[in-house]
Formats: sequence, C-alpha cells, structure tokens
Amino acid sequence: MADEKKLRQIAFYGKGGIGKSTTSQNTLAALADLGQKILIVGCDPKADSTRLILHAKAQDTILSLAAEAGSVEDLELDEVMKVGYKDIRCVESGGPEPGVGCAGRGVITSINFLEEEGAYDGADYVSYDVLGDVVCGGFAMPIRENKAQEIYIVMSGEMMAMYAANNIAKGILKYANSGGVRLGGLICNERQTDKELELAESLAKKLNTTLIHFIPRDNVVQHAELRRMTVLEYAPDSKQAEEYRTLARKIHANAGKGTIPTPITMDELEEMLMEHGIMEAIDESQIGKSAAELAAAAA
Amino acid sequence: MSLTVEETKSRNQALIKEVLEVYPAKTAKNRAKHLGTFEEGKDGAKSDCGVKSNVKSVPGVMTIRGCAYAGSKGVVWGPIKDMIHISHGPVGCGQYSWAARRNYYIGTTGIDSFVTMQFTSDFQEKDIVFGGDKKLEKIMDEIEVLFPLNKGITVQSECPIGLIGDDIEAVSKKKSKEYGGKTIVPVRCEGFRGVSQSLGHHIANDTIRDFVFDKLDPNRSFQGTPYDVAIIGDYNIGGDAWSSRILLEEMGLRVIAQWSGDGSIAELENTPKAKLNVLHCYRSMNYISRHMEEKYGIPWVEYNFFGPSKIEASLREIASHFDDKIKEGAERVIAKYRALTEAVIAKYRPRLEGKTVMLFVGGLRPRHVIGAYEDLGMNVVGTGYEFGHNDDYERTNHYVKDGTLIYDDVTGYEFEKFVEKIQPDLVGSGIKEKYVFQKMGVPFRQMHSWDYSGPYHGYDGFGIFARDMDMAINNPVWGLTKAPWK
Repeated sequence: MADEKKLRQIAFYGKGGIGKSTTSQNTLAALADLGQKILIVGCDPKADSTRLILHAKAQDTILSLAAEAGSVEDLELDEVMKVGYKDIRCVESGGPEPGVGCAGRGVITSINFLEEEGAYDGADYVSYDVLGDVVCGGFAMPIRENKAQEIYIVMSGEMMAMYAANNIAKGILKYANSGGVRLGGLICNERQTDKELELAESLAKKLNTTLIHFIPRDNVVQHAELRRMTVLEYAPDSKQAEEYRTLARKIHANAGKGTIPTPITMDELEEMLMEHGIMEAIDESQIGKSAAELAAAAA
Repeated sequence: MSLTVEETKSRNQALIKEVLEVYPAKTAKNRAKHLGTFEEGKDGAKSDCGVKSNVKSVPGVMTIRGCAYAGSKGVVWGPIKDMIHISHGPVGCGQYSWAARRNYYIGTTGIDSFVTMQFTSDFQEKDIVFGGDKKLEKIMDEIEVLFPLNKGITVQSECPIGLIGDDIEAVSKKKSKEYGGKTIVPVRCEGFRGVSQSLGHHIANDTIRDFVFDKLDPNRSFQGTPYDVAIIGDYNIGGDAWSSRILLEEMGLRVIAQWSGDGSIAELENTPKAKLNVLHCYRSMNYISRHMEEKYGIPWVEYNFFGPSKIEASLREIASHFDDKIKEGAERVIAKYRALTEAVIAKYRPRLEGKTVMLFVGGLRPRHVIGAYEDLGMNVVGTGYEFGHNDDYERTNHYVKDGTLIYDDVTGYEFEKFVEKIQPDLVGSGIKEKYVFQKMGVPFRQMHSWDYSGPYHGYDGFGIFARDMDMAINNPVWGLTKAPWK
C-alpha cells in the first residue's frame, strides 16, 4: 500500500523532565499545520504525552482499559484513540503506578495492540513519546525493527541531559544494525546553561549527528501549557510558534537522513566539557574529596 | 562380557573422550570436568569422584535439571498437606507441577489436605504490567473462604514475580495479620535463580526457618519423650516415609514429624523438640538440619533405608544415639525382618545376579539405591547427580566400585551414548529418559516416581523394589525387540 510506504515513524527520547512531551507536541502540532496526518503514541506510564493536543490528560489508556476489560484482545481501537488539535490522533499506553508491575511490558503490549488493530493506517506520521531513560527492553520497543525510523533526542546543556542523550545513542546503536533505526538529530531545549549551543553542537558532532534545532527558552511555552495547549494553538503568531514550525520543517525534510550514532564514553563526555571550559581539568587525587578536605590539603 | 577393573576404566576413559569429541572446544572443556571414572583410594574420603558439580549447565545441551521453583514447590513445600501452596505466576508452572510427586498423604483432599490440588494465580498480561499483589490478596481471601480448614499458605514464586518485583512479603504479612496470625510463607524461588532445583531446596529450607521456627510461640505446649525423632528428607513417594516410620517406631522411637511427605505444619513446628533428626535426603534438607543443630542443639544423622544391608547399618547407627532399650529395639527389628528379606533375596537374586545398572537421578538416590541393587547381586556401573554438590560426591565415594563411570548433570547426548556403548541390563532415571532407552531396547525403571509403584524404602519397600527390577529386566518383551533377520 502506498500509504504504508509514506508513513514516517519517529520517536522522541531524552532525560526525564527535559521537555520531551512539550517539545514533541508543539512540533507535531506544527507538522499538523503543514497538513500532515499525525498519530501520537504516548509510551510513558504517566500518560501525559498528549495532554496539550487533547486539552486534557487522557484518562482511558490502553492498559487501564485492557485491565478493566480483562485483556487487550477485548479492546477496540476507537475506545483508546482520541482526536485533538488539527485532527491529531492520540493514544496513551499508560501503565502501572510507580513501584509496581512492569511498565516496560506495558509498552510492548500497547504497541503490538496498535499495530494489530491497524492504528497506523492513513497516518503520515507516527510519533512515539518515551519516558526518560531506556531502562529496559520494553522502553526500547519503539526503536526496534519496523518501528521508529528516526529518533530525536531532546537535551540541554546540562551534564546529566547530555549523559542521558549519550545513553540513548547507545540504545539506538544496539538496534541500528539489526533493525535499521537511525538517530535523526539532537533537539536542544534551552536551559540557559553556559555555552549551551556550542556544547550541544559539539555533542552532536561526537555522536555523528546534527543539532537539528536549538529551541530558545520562552515563557509563552509555560503560559500555553498552563492552559493545556500547545504554543501553536495558544499563540500561533508568537516567535516561539515559529521556532517549532522551523523544527517541524527541518524534521520533515530530514527523512532518510538519519545516521548511525557513535556514542562516547563517560570520560570522553567529561573531556568535552573541559574542552569548552565548563569543567576544570581535575587532578585524579581530587576525585571524591569534599571542598573542606581540599581546602585542608591545600593549606 | 566381563571386564577387569582396569579394562573398565580404560573403556570408560575412551567413552568420555568419544562423547566430548562432538562438542565445540569450549563446551568439551567444560563438560570434561563433569565426567570421570571413579578411582578407588584416590584423594581418600574427600574424593569427589573426580567430577565438578553444581555449576551452570551448558547452553544448548539437553540437561535433565529442574528449576528453583521445582525445588521449593515440587520438593520441599508441596508435600506439606494441610497448607495450600500457591503457584504464583503464569499458569504453566502450576499446571505442570500439579498433583506433586506422588507424595502420599492421609487426609481428605479439598477439606483438610490439599497436596494433589493445584492453586495458581494464573498471571495474565495485566498482572505483569500492573503487578500481581492485589490478585494474590484476592486468592488468599478466596482460600480462606473456600478451604477454611487450611492451616497455612505458601506463595511459590514463578519467574515473573522476581522480574516485576512484586512484594509478596508485604502481602503475606498483611494477610497473616488479618487471619489472626496464620502462617503465610512468601517463597522467593523464582525459576531463574541458581543453576538447578537445588537452590530452591535451600530457599525453601530458609523460609521454614524464618516463617515457621522464628515465629513459634515460646509457650507452645508439647509433651516430649526421650525417644522423639523427626524424619527429615523423606517425601513419602509411593508411601516411602510410612514404610520407614514403622521401623523407627518398632525399635521404640517416637516419630514426631515427617519432612515433608505426609507432613503438616504442626509437625514442622514440633521438630525443634526432637532429640534426633534422622536425615534421608541430605541434599534437599541438610540446611534446616544444620540450622536445628546450631539453634536448638539437635544432632542429626544421615541414614539409608534402601535394601537390607543399608537398613541394618542405618538402624544401628540411629540406635547408637539412644539408650540400650533402643539399641535392643534395633536388633529386634533387624531380626524380625530377616526372614522376609531372605525370602526376597532367595526369590529374586538368582534372576538378577550379575546384572548391570546405570543410574541418573537427583537428591540422594544416585548413591543410596546402590546398596539395594547389590543386595540383589546387581552392579551399578555408572551413576550421576542431576543437581548434586561436591559434598554429595564425597558421600558417594564409599558406595561406588572402582572404575564406575560418573557423570554430573549428564546431557541427553552423553547419557544416550554411554548407555548405547555400555549396554547395561537396566537404566534407572526419570520420565524424560524412559522412552529413549526403552526404544533402544534397554530395560528401564523410573527412579524418581518409582514408576508409579513403591514404596521402595524400608524392608517392605525392598520386596517391591526387587519385584519391580525383576519385572523390568526379565520382561519377555525384550526378547522380541530385535528384528529376526538381523
């Protein structure tokens, strides 16, 4: 089917709290503005990947409905699919409350269900929004064979965000040869840390990818979010909305241009920070010493 | 085909070399450590029969081993008759361990005894994703309503429980409190733990310590006698513990507990009051015996109730821990059954004399049954343990003859090759092996379940054992398995 060939599957990964869901929903809303038919698959037990598109947190996740009905085989697609801004179709995988069960298995169950039920028919884009780190096989499901072709990593200039980005690149590398998934690029969500752009570009280069877009910090994002809206819907004429449109166009033009990442070691990551003068070169003897201990040693 | 000891040894060495040849180099190197020929006198009493044991099976081979869940649910806990044992997880493990191991018991099934019933939480996908704790609580509530005479519950964890991190300890604690302090035991015997069922025995032993002994009421009343013993490690397969118990009782001892064949929670609770623990299956219950020795000062003694020679020696050994009354009792018992065993031997020995046997079993049997075969004039020419440890092989060296082929955690391929080349008159192993060898034309007896016969323990068991071996070996069917034109 011609439709299936055209279908692009992408996924957003990144450290928890980095703004994956906000960035992805704004970008996908911009893609919808460009006339693309979008399906969002939320793969986070918190089920908040589609909140800005639907103006509400999706209550009926695949897994909660499946648990009620008995099993996922008892569900129909239209029970779990909601339609939001510009006809963007949304499903949330859902999952257990923190500390019990197996959320990773939940992601696998949900994605299998969506594929079997033909949820992807007629869509131009399927986007997976996946929680924080790739902690187990379940959360790697969207990057396995025949799922997302390109992964976009949302990051910032913070050390731990870059560390997470590098870890995700490792996950992509693992499946790049067996399944064909590629790294689409880094998206830097500005945190206003030192030399953020420079660092993001440098990391992108090390990972054999590009910084596809640098999204400046703007309070309008928060204003929109408080109203459970994307910036595209809340303030379509704002400068920030234009940023997301630019990102959307870049992603749209990025089809087939993904790369196989070259993740680096923790040491290389630290070296990179030193090169940019973010971190001072540290003597081995200083590691693990408190400020007071160092002062005493210096005296 | 009578080989000298030296000829046997060199044949066995050649055989080992031959089976190792088909393996990749790394596998061959690994398996070589588990195959050997027993060298009498070498390394003295500490000899491990020349094989390594209790390590991970090689991926890709057909191992005969089971898992930790099998060790806990199937062996140690399952036979405790008045408790309900929940197979917690997906349905398969429960289904395939249903009805246990022919652990006979007295009681009314479904009313006050539950051994042959099967309780499972039958995990579905939603239980994996959302956790199974709520379901477990519900099952316990249902058990309380449907089977009010149950004396306790155990939770036997299948693999997924450990993977998703369900808190079965919290559920057990909560429900125990709710039911007025009923014994509820969470057992972390997930199948992926350890290298065989052996770790499951250990885990199960530890839970008896932690959830039965450590929770005992210090003012619990118990009328003891100086002659109280507990039978440890007899699972009453086909009635084994019963045919053992009568001998102990006839010599004047009082059996206050059976672990765990036809056993009950009250018997477990009584055991710290025993004067002596008599241990049959060392492998599966040495842990709790050692614990009782350390904590309650109860000595333990290993014994062997297979075949009259070993029974006699064991009765005297057990009696040596008591006064003259018991020692006289042991002699009385030995004398009483002498006529019976002589009749058995007179009948069967002429039919079985000189016949050769190869064994591959678990627990204690790879060594314990050797004496019974020898009482019938038979020779065990090869033996090995599914899940034995070094200390099992150390206990084997005075049972086996010089030159015996020893194979630890034997693979399907090795076992077939060995039997094909050695052509014993009988193979004794499990259900998975039975038809392979029978199709090769080799007589076979299941030595886990006694092939639905038994008991084999005690003097009464010996007669049945002899009859069964004769029945297998001298069955006229074997004369018809060879094509007349060959």
